[in-house]
Amino acid sequence: MVGIVAYGAYVPRLRLNRQAVYDANKWFAAGLRGLAKGERSMANWDEDSITMAVEASRDCLTSHKAEDVRNIYFASTTHPFKDRQNAGVIGTALNVEQNLSATDIGGSLKAGTSALIAGLNASKEGAPTLVAAADKRMARVASSNELNYGDGAAALLCGTENVIAKLVGHHSVSMDFVDHFRGDESDFDYGWEERWIRDEGYSKIVPPAIKAALAACKLNGSDITHFIMPSLMPAVPKQMAKMVGIGEGAVRDLLGATLGDTGAAHALVMLVDALEGAKAGDKIMVVAFGQGVDILVFEVTAEKDKLPARKGLSGWMARRKEEKNYMKFLAFNEMLPIDKGMRAEFDKKTALSVLWRKRDMIYGLVGGKCKVCGTVQFPRSQVCVNPNCHAMDSQDPYAMAGLECSVMSFTADSLTYSPDPPAYYGMITFPEGGRFMADFTDSDKDQVKVGAKMRMTFRMRDNDQMRGGFKRYFWKATPV
Amino acid sequence: MARGIKDKVAILGMGCSKFGERWDSGAEELMLEAYKECLKDAGIDQNQLQAAWFSTAIDEVHVGKSGIPLSMTLRLPNIPVTHVENMCASGTEAFRGACYAVASGAADFALALGVEKLKDTGYGGLPGGRGGPLQVLWNANGTAPGNFAQLATAYMTAHGVSGEDLKKAIGHVSWKSHQNGAKNPKAHLQKAVEMDTILNAPMIASPLGLFDCCGVSDGAAAAIVTTPEIAKALGKKDIVSVKALQLSVSNGSESGHNSWDGSYFHTTRIASKKAYEEAGIKSPRDEVSMFEVHDCFSVTELVTMEDLHISETGKGWKDVLDGFYDADGKIPCQIDGGLKCFGHPIGASGLRMLYEMYLQIQGKAGPRQLKDPRIGMTHNLGGAPRENIASVAIVGRYE
Repeated sequence: MVGIVAYGAYVPRLRLNRQAVYDANKWFAAGLRGLAKGERSMANWDEDSITMAVEASRDCLTSHKAEDVRNIYFASTTHPFKDRQNAGVIGTALNVEQNLSATDIGGSLKAGTSALIAGLNASKEGAPTLVAAADKRMARVASSNELNYGDGAAALLCGTENVIAKLVGHHSVSMDFVDHFRGDESDFDYGWEERWIRDEGYSKIVPPAIKAALAACKLNGSDITHFIMPSLMPAVPKQMAKMVGIGEGAVRDLLGATLGDTGAAHALVMLVDALEGAKAGDKIMVVAFGQGVDILVFEVTAEKDKLPARKGLSGWMARRKEEKNYMKFLAFNEMLPIDKGMRAEFDKKTALSVLWRKRDMIYGLVGGKCKVCGTVQFPRSQVCVNPNCHAMDSQDPYAMAGLECSVMSFTADSLTYSPDPPAYYGMITFPEGGRFMADFTDSDKDQVKVGAKMRMTFRMRDNDQMRGGFKRYFWKATPV
Repeated sequence: MARGIKDKVAILGMGCSKFGERWDSGAEELMLEAYKECLKDAGIDQNQLQAAWFSTAIDEVHVGKSGIPLSMTLRLPNIPVTHVENMCASGTEAFRGACYAVASGAADFALALGVEKLKDTGYGGLPGGRGGPLQVLWNANGTAPGNFAQLATAYMTAHGVSGEDLKKAIGHVSWKSHQNGAKNPKAHLQKAVEMDTILNAPMIASPLGLFDCCGVSDGAAAAIVTTPEIAKALGKKDIVSVKALQLSVSNGSESGHNSWDGSYFHTTRIASKKAYEEAGIKSPRDEVSMFEVHDCFSVTELVTMEDLHISETGKGWKDVLDGFYDADGKIPCQIDGGLKCFGHPIGASGLRMLYEMYLQIQGKAGPRQLKDPRIGMTHNLGGAPRENIASVAIVGRYE
């Protein structure tokens, strides 16, 4: 039996208030008034699809060992790198390299489901496969997309042991129906008229595909307990369900009011949402539309209730901070030519040879543990840092990303350049041993205190825009 | 312990440029300004110099590397010139090199000159940059005020000092230095400042406000050293000799091992203890007449006075509030105005501190002159509380 064995999700902490966006733009786009409700997730300045996928993957692997993963598929339409294996960055951050096949899947909003199909197929022979999907899409100022989109990620571990949602079947069709596109020369989507997309696209492409999938699975529409179908048109999933005999009550909420549409990740984000509340025997259909359609059908098993707790979508959704400052959203997305000052001009060139030598330290947050005195330290060095030891060549690698730490000292620095001043940073100490001066992220004044408990999170430090956008990643501390 | 260099080296002459935003001068002009005064004070001919040490810390924004800039600017007689850089301890490091040359017998006359031209970057504060190709991949996006601000948070935690008490104490540190700097024509900031202004200044890196931070300025200072015997033979009176020169450098235990609580300078404790030994000082609180310490930030000075073994650990803030370190207190600290009023042209600062000690011991400090000082101690702290170089110099009357 192949299927999903674990799930995880990630949602940025900030939630952009849509009314605030509308209030700023209504002089120009009064027609957006109907969308000025609720909130959408908003990536912090140091988050992109890779960092969100790493967090979702860590959430997913709460119950499983990363080193057992044999394949990583990373789906997105906003991979930070066009030519550099984005999925491989996730692997390195999870400290998985050996025996790993890493693959990026993109080019369509159904990339998430395509990756899941590929992941399930790859894990049939027993090779645990991690499928991560994340998107952080740009949208033009005063567009409906700006209000509808959200940033987020999901991750699913596929395998054959302790399956919580068994794959019943899948079906795909592929046709070049261009409802929208994003060319190589643009940061933004360009879309055609919604009514045409609904009538000629969804209505003519999706129902026959669902019917074929149901037939292949020997199921009727009424057998489906959870119907997952992302769409920017909220009425469409209901309409599709009705056309194939799936009950209206099965149609899952699009999470538009609180999260927004997370692009290529959204079908999987909604699947995690469904899995969190699903019961054994529930049948889940996932439909993703984008130059064709992918359909997957799962049946929840009794193993689901045995899956150890994790934050999941609900946990990350509950970690929330409202953001009413639309200017900040624009600035974080480099949509506002803000005066960053001369301190933002320092060269951010990365020595790739150094990064390669130190990748376990920088991407994996792997420190060292001294075999002689047992001291844990970061970074790992050739001479033990313990003043009463100083043994040479005595340290074994010691992974620290998953350890909780606490604040020994900190400051809020208004002098250094930060896209979100003041910059919080401080000395963090790990109870097992080890400490370093770390940048903090997702931190507010009232949360950062001496002794505060922190967790490590994989983030962007710098973006080397002088060289076309080389993102420097490292770990930051964030309040638990 | 080795025998040390106590009384083996005398300061023959010193010079110090006007510190400040010297829009009129580059590093070369500043070097000459200090050097001309120094050479005249020493009373020797340039051709008698046999070796020189040249300190700068951020030379990539002014003179560039090597000993060449000093030799070129002064047109030195093709003598050995060594360029030294040890962050904020660089000036003292240049002095140490020159003193060791004389103490060893390798040179009869040696020059130490430090300079920093910081105000050609186009922005306030120290020039940025976060180190080498590995450091930039993981070091926190910090600044000097942000690193030293954490000394304050850790100190409060370690000793149960309230934010309000600490803010008052470090405010007093700056208030006192401004009082002193107002009497010094070479200082960058020559203005007394009200406590209210200090306490209500904008935050730079919490809890450090604007007046908790020293200025950023341009300046140079120089010393020519020789042996006490030669100084005497040249007819010098009131000879100032070197009693001790010590350095201590972090090895990573503070930044990487959980035994350090962030509230003190491990290296300053070590360097000062060794310096007292070298100088034969048994009870520093009774024997040292005055201090020039590294007040890059007000809290640095406060904590340093404990680590120099003058104030009790955790009680320094009370001594400060009691006026112990004021100009009319038991041991005046920063009688020239300190880094607070001079600013901190990095390569020059250690020598500028020695310049004030030298003037005071000779009774030449004008309106700032203290009554009969015999022993003066300077201290520099380069780097950050978690990783640094502490340098200590003790000079005094040659008796």
